[in-house]
Amino acid sequence: MKHLLSTRDLSAASALRLLDVAEEMSAVGEREIKKLPALRGRTVVNLFFEDSTRTRISFEAAAKRLSADVINFAVKGSSVSKGESLKDTAQTLEAMSADAVVIRHPASGAPARLAASDWIDAAVINAGDGTHEHPTQALLDAFTLRRHWARIGGTPSAGTTLAGMKVLIVGDVLHSRVARSNVWLLTTLGAEVLLAGPPTLLPVGIGSWPCTVFYDLDEAIAQRPDAVMMLRLQAERMNAAFFPSTREYSRRWGFDDGRLALLDIMGLDDTVIMHPGPMNRGLEISAAADSPRSTILAQVRNGVSVRMAALYLLLSGDPHDDEPRDDETHSLPHDLPIPEGRTTR
Amino acid sequence: MTMPAPESGITKRVVLAAADMDRALTRIAHEILEANKGSADLILLGIPRRGFPLAQRLARKIAAVDDAVDPDLITGQLDVTMYRDDLRRNPTRSPQATQLPPSGIDDKVVVLVDDVLYSGRTIRAALDALADLGRPRIVRLAVLVDRGHRELPIRADHVGKNLPTSSRERVRVHLGEIDGLDGVAADEVVIEDRA
Repeated sequence: MKHLLSTRDLSAASALRLLDVAEEMSAVGEREIKKLPALRGRTVVNLFFEDSTRTRISFEAAAKRLSADVINFAVKGSSVSKGESLKDTAQTLEAMSADAVVIRHPASGAPARLAASDWIDAAVINAGDGTHEHPTQALLDAFTLRRHWARIGGTPSAGTTLAGMKVLIVGDVLHSRVARSNVWLLTTLGAEVLLAGPPTLLPVGIGSWPCTVFYDLDEAIAQRPDAVMMLRLQAERMNAAFFPSTREYSRRWGFDDGRLALLDIMGLDDTVIMHPGPMNRGLEISAAADSPRSTILAQVRNGVSVRMAALYLLLSGDPHDDEPRDDETHSLPHDLPIPEGRTTR
Repeated sequence: MTMPAPESGITKRVVLAAADMDRALTRIAHEILEANKGSADLILLGIPRRGFPLAQRLARKIAAVDDAVDPDLITGQLDVTMYRDDLRRNPTRSPQATQLPPSGIDDKVVVLVDDVLYSGRTIRAALDALADLGRPRIVRLAVLVDRGHRELPIRADHVGKNLPTSSRERVRVHLGEIDGLDGVAADEVVIEDRA
């Protein structure tokens, strides 16, 4: 693995390996000395062309726990606001010998452009590009789901897949890179994905995605999902009227107290509620965010472990040799189904 | 006992059979108790992968001699992957779990356990990993096989067998706990040479 650009082209074996490494990384967060020397002397650049708090802080904490040097490059106040192109910015970072570039960009495909170019030799990690993908968010969601799934199943997390799990993703799928990354990754790991949202906020071509689509939230909840992932309503990307009013959206698509109580009535004791953050409280989610079902803070915590694993796997190892050591190759469980509409790579 | 493997040019030589290995471990267990003047504050930390089952076996042998010892409470596993000095020269290694006994390692007598001592670099990494986890009173090293060719000033306190080897040869330790499923005859130490 040289870059981490999307979850769509991530194989089940690579995804499981990353999650297993993240499992070991999470133990470091519980120690007194929360630092490992693995990336000593390497430089990680956080290149953020869009606002972000938690993703940038999470990557920064991950890189620092692995002893890498971190350079935060926020576009506000940089030469980019003077009109510098992505190419010139990249070549500047190359001249400063960055080993990894964590990039967030409003344009879909910007990280892939950077990775495919010869502007820079560094490993590229996509931290969210336009409405395309946000792979580390999907990986931390999968990590959180897997821990939950393993706990109910009474098995250790490491090596477990999401086979048999039913995950419902609700809300603004159209603008959500988190939803896209999750659809690909969770199905690769064996979960069944359900999507629910108003038709105006579902993308064209969703019929070819490996998931079932619902146009009514309560109908989707009736499918008894093991996890409900609420998406943030991305008001900043909305230049058209997608629904009549926020009150109506909240009533029809928000995870409110009534729906929280519904889970109890249905006897879904093990169903968790997720949100990638930042939350619009009172809009897509309410008191459910503070209920015992909420995994929202666990997701933030797991984000650091997953990003440590991604940085470690991209930056350690002989760059000319991609194959895992023969005694460490992952053997996939044979019962892992190949999701419909997907080709194995 | 030299016999060419039928399918390749690799010769294999068994240097420790199951009974030899068991006797060597029994002796090491007694040496550890002798050096420590008993089992007080004793912790055995195995280095993945084959050091951990060896540490468990040593702990059981110590418990057989000393009734006060619960083998599960004095054994642990210490992963050294993230502390290695060759992370960039070899294909990426996946870290294994580090599990310490509930009592921790502060002010304890920690015996590191590994299968083969070769360059000494793994033990160097283990000493660094240990320093991030606590401050043992004493750190000792027990290995099943010492094959020489040290690259660092490190030596073992307890050795199962000293094995003069050429650096062209490979020393493989097979343990029932890890290799038993592969159909390999469990519990043996083999020297392989590419002829």
